[in-house]
Amino acid sequence: MIDEGLKSELRRQGIVATSMEELYNWGRKNSLWPLQFGLACCAIEMIATSMARFDIARFGAEVFRPSPRQADLMIVAGTVTKKMAPQIVRLYNQMPEPKYVIAMGVCAISGGPFKEGYNVLKGIDRYVPVDVHIPGCPPRPEALLQALMTLQEKIDRQHLTGEKRPRHLDPAAPSEFPIPKFGPHDLEPPNNPSLWQPPPMTRTE
Amino acid sequence: METLEQLKTRIVAAAPGAQVEIIPNGSPANQPSLLLDRDHARAVAQFLRDDSALAFDYASNATGVDWPEKIIKEKIKVKKTVDGVEKEVEEMCERKTPAYLEAVYHLYSMRLKHGPLIVRLRTENRTDRVSLPSLTPVWRSCEFQEREIFDLYGIVFEGHPDLRRILMWPEFTDFPMRKDYVEADDYEYEPTPHDDILAKAKKHFPAGAPV
Repeated sequence: MIDEGLKSELRRQGIVATSMEELYNWGRKNSLWPLQFGLACCAIEMIATSMARFDIARFGAEVFRPSPRQADLMIVAGTVTKKMAPQIVRLYNQMPEPKYVIAMGVCAISGGPFKEGYNVLKGIDRYVPVDVHIPGCPPRPEALLQALMTLQEKIDRQHLTGEKRPRHLDPAAPSEFPIPKFGPHDLEPPNNPSLWQPPPMTRTE
Repeated sequence: METLEQLKTRIVAAAPGAQVEIIPNGSPANQPSLLLDRDHARAVAQFLRDDSALAFDYASNATGVDWPEKIIKEKIKVKKTVDGVEKEVEEMCERKTPAYLEAVYHLYSMRLKHGPLIVRLRTENRTDRVSLPSLTPVWRSCEFQEREIFDLYGIVFEGHPDLRRILMWPEFTDFPMRKDYVEADDYEYEPTPHDDILAKAKKHFPAGAPV
């Protein structure tokens, strides 16, 4: 492993010393292609983020793909209704690894103002693994860029071997998740317990 | 536009046998409406659209209302003879309101620039006889809105070209906007529950029990 001080000294002299891991993560984090879909008003902020003023192209994520087969990043922008949830999970399953999810806005992370209603999911993390949650109603474009930078940092820190290697390099880790079914009263199952559990709580009164 | 009373006589003349009732509205909006009977509603709607002085060519809104059976307690004054003397005595009396589902249409005239005329249709009850004539053949804009009423209230519109659920999935069996709708028990947790949600929280997380 090359010393960090030596590495920056070499860089100053015009010599780039790097590792395969660093190069691989650098390439991945700077070409996150999002899947092009929006569910509600958050999508408007996502569109604003992609336009000239905020310019998501500065982060290499401007290539919105209309097909899940070509996308790396799913930005769940807006309210996920129970009728839409199976389609979101199906799109996620159709994306190739490595894939990441940003849950944008309070509706996507918890159901927001529609929580405890009959028709809105209490957060998309009940069915797919979410990497970054952004609160806000809707979050400003800066918040989406912040989420993208957080995700880039997360990718940059990943080690390609060992226990904590990313999911797509671990053959035992699942890359697809069960699609919920439409039941007579609710989605079946109402969440995926392997992905989400309520926080441990004890009632005192 | 003529008054509702005038309109009522004209409607009865145009559609013989039609029963029209003027429903007053006691709220500050004070928008009285016309209650049509199920058998003649289509003919009356056709008249409202085609009559040259009315020309209601635009149904801006169709919505549903659920009226469950309600017991109203009222005080009424009754004359009674108490100890040989006739007196006015107040007595409590209970009255049951009928249970029905209602579809409400708001009609405007684009050509004559008047409206809204509010038209109501009522089902016989809210359990098994829940069909109404569809007004989609008269006003095409009612199509999706009647589908929404069917989806959320369960009113069956006869003569509708494509009556399917529109917001909920086809396998769904409940009618969420009815007053007696029991929602699916999908409570997970709430950091600060109150009211109905607190009752749910207590049911799911009994006091002292570790989760």
